Amino acid sequence: MTFEDTTTDHRTVMIPPPEADRVIDVHNLDFFYGKSQALFGVDLPVARNKVTALIGPSGCGKSTLLRTLNRIYDLYPGQSATGEIMFDGENVLDQAKNSEQLRARIGMVFQRPTPFPMSIYDNIAFGVRLHRSVSKADMDVIVERSLTRAALWDEVKDKLSLSGLGLSGGQQQRLCVARGIAINPDVLLLDEPASALDPLSTAKLESTLIELKSSLTIVIVTHNLQQAARISDYTGFMLLGKMIEFRPSSDAFVSPETQQMQDYITGRFG
Amino acid sequence: MTASKPTNANFDRFLHARRKLYNYIFLGLTGLATAIALAALALILETLVVKGVAGLDIHVFTMSQPAPDMAGGLLNAIVGSLIMCAIGMVIALFVGILAGTWLAEYGDGTKLATIVRFLNDILISAPSILIGLFVYELLVRPFHGFSAAAGGVALALLAMPVATRATEDIMRMQPNALREAGMALGANRGHVIRSIIWRASKSGLMTGALLSFARISGETAPLLFTSLGNPFLSTKLTQPMASMPTTIFQFAMSAYDDWQRLAWAGALLIAVAVLTTNIIGRALTRGSTHK
Repeated sequence: MTFEDTTTDHRTVMIPPPEADRVIDVHNLDFFYGKSQALFGVDLPVARNKVTALIGPSGCGKSTLLRTLNRIYDLYPGQSATGEIMFDGENVLDQAKNSEQLRARIGMVFQRPTPFPMSIYDNIAFGVRLHRSVSKADMDVIVERSLTRAALWDEVKDKLSLSGLGLSGGQQQRLCVARGIAINPDVLLLDEPASALDPLSTAKLESTLIELKSSLTIVIVTHNLQQAARISDYTGFMLLGKMIEFRPSSDAFVSPETQQMQDYITGRFG
Repeated sequence: MTASKPTNANFDRFLHARRKLYNYIFLGLTGLATAIALAALALILETLVVKGVAGLDIHVFTMSQPAPDMAGGLLNAIVGSLIMCAIGMVIALFVGILAGTWLAEYGDGTKLATIVRFLNDILISAPSILIGLFVYELLVRPFHGFSAAAGGVALALLAMPVATRATEDIMRMQPNALREAGMALGANRGHVIRSIIWRASKSGLMTGALLSFARISGETAPLLFTSLGNPFLSTKLTQPMASMPTTIFQFAMSAYDDWQRLAWAGALLIAVAVLTTNIIGRALTRGSTHK
């Protein structure tokens, strides 16, 4: 399942949302794993209160792009990014910027569920306590509201003191979503959140995401094209570290302009 | 390309028979070696239990070292061992867990970490008598006297590298996804380590602690040079203190039957203590992997 770029079509097609609607605006982003470059001059406009999906074959750089938005790559020495990621009037890549505060505003959910080894309640409270001191009563409210918004409350309300590790995979992933939204981020990044879930859990997660859209902005990396078509408002197609085509999802899957994206969504490669 | 089917013509019966024979010989040799090892273990245990149980009575736990041909027990040695092992474990765990954490989390990939890890591995396999001599020079000679404190430090030096190694290994087993998840919520590195990674490693850390305790509880050599031994019950850290291994050593070498009986009882007690901690340690590890 490798891709060889045999087309002569080297256009980049961008049909971005209006500038005033953008909450994150990525310009000319390069990313390096040590010396090897993984992203080449990528642009990504992210519209407020919309779902933006990133698609493309494995290794195209979509996860890498997602991981620059909250600078989680900082954890690994040797990884570096240059360019511009404008968020709230500042460049995220500006190393002087406090990354803890940044991550409180741009949350992230990972491919595999990562519940912390503590109770369901504390899984939610952990992030909240990092950023402000909250009374027990207020925390109870936050925990209930977060779990409700993540469509998990009814399933766990009687076992909040039990370990988060005891939940099913789908429940764990929704716990991670609840944990992420409990700290009230502006943006939630999701890196293939449904790849380890069964179809039923995936459907639940998707409806959760669509509900969340009213209060926050979502960027989701997915291998599942139907999923991207179902839940996203904008779709970015990436290939070999480049953004090839970015446009509203309403026509992205019907009439893509570039040959590469056509090939990808019709299953000719990837 | 056509696959050639083995036919009688190219099927070397002799070769197969020879392989089969070798297989049986090899199987026999491995079985024999296992039997020898198990037999030795069984004999040791048998002697230990038979002679140890014969020496056990209530006085072992309630009275201190007797004069020859008098009633007495191992109380001074048991208390001494507990005190010195406790000192050793507190120091070893404090240093070992923090050093192991540094190796696994912060020092990863740096030259310094490679050097520290290498030296730590050397320390793990260092002969314990060497540690004893080192502490003798460090804490016994300058203060002109053997002391329980020196004994505790010697035991700490023995347990420390084991605890460091165990901590590093168990923390490395925690997936990076867990670290990323913590940081993605806006926690800093130290907070993630303390409240997520350590918690996830809890049972592994406990196992490491128990195994390093098992490692030091039977050590004689480092104590001979440091805490020396004491025929009386003592809890003073600045004074010589009895311990199980040194007392066993002394009693076993003696010419008195009573003392030799007590030595066997002491050996049995140590063996049971080490066995128990090992079993608990292993049970904890199993419990954590089957969660």
